[in-house]
Amino acid sequence: MTQAGGIWSERDTSPGAIEEALRELLKEQALRDEAHAPARVLNLVAVVDREWRGEIRNRLERVGRYHPSRLVLCSVEEGRTTIDATVAITTEGDTRPGDLVLTREQVLLEIGPRHLEKLDTIVDPLVVSDIATVSWSPHGHPEATDALLHLSQVILVDSLNEFDPRAAVERACELSEDAYVVDLAWLRSTPWRERVASTFDPMPWREELGRISSVKVSHQAQSPVAGLLFCGWLAARLGWEPGSLLSASGALRGQAHGRRQDVALRLEPDPTMSVPGLAGIEIETASGMSFSLYRGPGGLTARRTDRKGRSSTWTVLGASRGEAGILGEGIRQALLRDPVYREALERAEVMVA
Amino acid sequence: MAVAQQENPLVEGLERLPIHPTTMVIFGGTGDLAHRKLLPAIYNLAHEGALPERFNLIAVSRSDIPHDDYRGMARESIEKYSRRKPDPQVLDKLLEQVRYIPGTFDDDSVYGRLEEQLKQFDEEAGITFNRLFYLSTAPAFFPVIVGKLGEHRLNRHGSAEVRVVIEKPFGTRLAEALDLNRQVLSVLDESQVFRIDHYLGKETVQNMLAFRFANGLFEPIWNRNYIDYVQITAAEDLGVGGRAGYYDKSGALRDLVQNHMLQLLALLCMEPPVTFNADEVRDEKVKVLHAIKPVDPDCTVRAQYTAGMAEGKEVPGYLEEEHVPPDSKTETYAALRLEVDNWRWAGIPIYMRTGKRLARKVTEIAITLKPVPHLAFESAGSVGVQPNQLVMTMQPNEGVSLSLGAKIPGTRMRIRPVNMEFLYGTTFLSQSPEAYERLILDAMRGDATLFTRDDEVEAQWRVIDPILESWEQDRPPLARYPAGSAGPEEASKLLEPGHKWRAI
Repeated sequence: MTQAGGIWSERDTSPGAIEEALRELLKEQALRDEAHAPARVLNLVAVVDREWRGEIRNRLERVGRYHPSRLVLCSVEEGRTTIDATVAITTEGDTRPGDLVLTREQVLLEIGPRHLEKLDTIVDPLVVSDIATVSWSPHGHPEATDALLHLSQVILVDSLNEFDPRAAVERACELSEDAYVVDLAWLRSTPWRERVASTFDPMPWREELGRISSVKVSHQAQSPVAGLLFCGWLAARLGWEPGSLLSASGALRGQAHGRRQDVALRLEPDPTMSVPGLAGIEIETASGMSFSLYRGPGGLTARRTDRKGRSSTWTVLGASRGEAGILGEGIRQALLRDPVYREALERAEVMVA
Repeated sequence: MAVAQQENPLVEGLERLPIHPTTMVIFGGTGDLAHRKLLPAIYNLAHEGALPERFNLIAVSRSDIPHDDYRGMARESIEKYSRRKPDPQVLDKLLEQVRYIPGTFDDDSVYGRLEEQLKQFDEEAGITFNRLFYLSTAPAFFPVIVGKLGEHRLNRHGSAEVRVVIEKPFGTRLAEALDLNRQVLSVLDESQVFRIDHYLGKETVQNMLAFRFANGLFEPIWNRNYIDYVQITAAEDLGVGGRAGYYDKSGALRDLVQNHMLQLLALLCMEPPVTFNADEVRDEKVKVLHAIKPVDPDCTVRAQYTAGMAEGKEVPGYLEEEHVPPDSKTETYAALRLEVDNWRWAGIPIYMRTGKRLARKVTEIAITLKPVPHLAFESAGSVGVQPNQLVMTMQPNEGVSLSLGAKIPGTRMRIRPVNMEFLYGTTFLSQSPEAYERLILDAMRGDATLFTRDDEVEAQWRVIDPILESWEQDRPPLARYPAGSAGPEEASKLLEPGHKWRAI
C-alpha cells in the first residue's frame, strides 16, 4: 500500500478498503486545514475504456465549476480480473484567510469486463449517500449502466454516440423507464429551442405556430438524433402526430399530422459541420412566414421573413459552450428536471419506428 | 395538445423564458457603474445567450466622443471587469449594436437624437422594441431625465413596454424621496419604474425567502416566543477609497441601512406572501417596514474610523482620506436597535450595524433563540450550553449555519456548541450570477419582485429620517473607532443584558 498526502492507492483491493481509505483521507484533510470543505452536490460514476480514460478525465477537468463532488471513474481493461484503486482528495487552489476551498474526491477503479455486471456491488460503498448519483458510460458498456440503475437517480447519456439513431432513441426510452435521463444530445439543442420559442413568442408569430407547414433541420452527419429530438420537441409541444421518417438520399423525410395541416419534416446531414449537433433549422408556415437559424460568428444567425416577403437578418448573441460546456451542463441538469425531454423522445421514437 | 391562444407552448421546460426584443439606454454610459458593472453584466448575459433575441444598447453621457470611441471604451471595460474572459466574436457582435449619444441630460436635443436612434432600430428590424432606460447618473439628474422622457413622449411606445431603472440613492431624505416619487410617477406608471437595490439581486438574499417559506422546520419558532434577538451586520474591511466624494455626503446610514439592511430586515420579518409575484411580496415587506417603531436616538450609534491597522498595514483615518473634508462629521459606522411592533415580532430587539474599515468583510443575519429553561448538564470544564443561533451569511461565505449544543466525548455530560453548516459553494453546482445580471434581465422582463416599490422606499425613509434629524443635532455625539477594529465601544451600550454582538 502506498499513501502520500491526499492520495491512497492499492492493488487487488476491495470496495471496503477503498471506502475506509476515503474516510481516512477526508478526516486527515479536515485535521490539516479547516478551510477545506467537502462538496456535497452529486456523485458521478463514469465507466470508461482504459485507453480513453485520460481523454474522459480531461473532459471532466474542463467542466470547471460543474464538477461532481465525488467522481468514481471505473476504467475497464480487457482481461483484468482484479480491482486496483487510487483515491485522491485534491483542492482547487490555495486558501486565503476567510475563504473556503472545495475539495474534489476522485476514486479511480481499474476493473475488468467481468466486474461490469455486478458493478453496483463495487460502487455502492463508494458513493456519498443522500446526494444524487449520476451514472455515465460514454464508451458503451450497457451492462454497467444496467447494473448501476438502482443506485442512480440520473443516467447521463449522449444519444449522438450511438451510430444507429433508432437504437439510440430506443435505449434512451428504455433508460427513462427507470431513471431520469440527461441526454447531452438534447442539451446541445437548448439554445435552438430557446430561440425558436422566443421567435414565436410575440402574439402575431405565436398565432403562426398552428400554421407551421414545414421544418427542415440540418445536422452534423453523425447527429441525426439531434434533428429527431428537435422535431420531436416541436411535435410534442404543438400537438403534432408524427409518422415514420424514410431515408432518401442521405436525408430523413416524413410528415407530422398537425391540427390544421400536415407538416413536412426533413432532416439532412451537413457535410461541412464538424461539431456534434444541429447546424441549422428552417421553419415555414402556411401563411408564407419563415424563420431560419444557422450557426454563425458570435451566436446564431437568424433570418425572418414575414407574410409580405420582408426579411430581416440578425445575430442572436451567445458563445459556443463547447463539448466541455455541454458535459458541465449535463452534470448541472442532473439536479434539475426537464419534463419535456421525455415527450420529445417519445415523438422521436415514433419517427424512427 | 391544443395550441393555446394566450400561451406559448414552446416555453415549457426551458430555463430561460423569452424576453421581448429590447433597446436599452444607459444614461451615464461613461460613468463608473456603467463601466464596472452594467457593461460587463450585459456582456455576460450576451455570452450566455440570455439577452433578448434582438438587443440594442444606447449610451448617453456628456463626453463628446463618436460611437466608435465609446465602443472602444466599452470593450476595455468588459475585458477588464467581466467575470469571464470575453469571447471576441460575441463581444464584436454585441458592440455592433451599441450607439453613443453625447450631451447633457437637460438638453432637449439629446432626447431628439435619442428618439431618432430608437426609431431607427425599430425600422431597421421591422419590429417594435421594448425600451429600457437605465438611470445610472448622479441622483440630481433622476427627475431631470424622467421629466425629459415625458416631454419627448419617450415614456410610452405604442404596444411595446417602456421601463425605467433608477439607481440608488432614491432621495437623501424622506421629503426628497416623496418629491422624487411624485415627479417620477407624474410621467410613468409605477409598473414602469424599477428602483434598484442590487442587494436584492444576490442569490443568498433571495434564498432567505426559500429558507423561510420552503422549510416547515423554522416556521413554528419564527416569532417572539422563541427568538431572543436578531443581529444584522454589514461590515466592510475597506475604507471609502475612491468613493469619498459620494460617501461623505451619504454616510453609512444612507449608504447601507436605509436600503440594503432594511430590505434584509423586511425579508427576514415578513409574513408569507400568497404568491411570489412582485406586488404580493412587496405588500408583505411594506407591512414590516410600517411596523417598525420610531427609533429612539439613544438607541443609535454613529462613529467614524480613525487611523489603525488593516491586513497588517497602517491605514489612514477617515478624515485623512483623499477628498474627505478635514472637519467631516459623516459617519462611517452606524448601529441601531429597533423593534418591529407586530404580533410576530413585538419585543424582540433587532440590532443592526454597518461600517467601513472594520476587522473583516461580512454580511450576515444572526438569529439567537431563547435559552432552554432548565439546565441539567454540567457546566464545569466546558463553555456550557449556549442558546441556539441561526446565522445566514450573504457574503463572503454564502450559506446558513445553525449552532447546536452537543455532548463533548467523554464520561461526563458536558456540552459545547457545534455548528451545522450549509454552504452555497459546496451544495450547488452553479456559480451565482452577478446581481446586476439578474436585475437587468428582470427589468427587461418586467418582473419587479426584486425592485423597491414607491411605498416601500417611502416607508424606509420614514424609519431613517428621524434618526438623521437627531444626528444632525449631534445626538448621539460622533464616536470613533480604530480602523481594523470591530467598531466603536459605544455599540455595546445598545445591547440588552445578556445579548452580545457577534465577533466581526
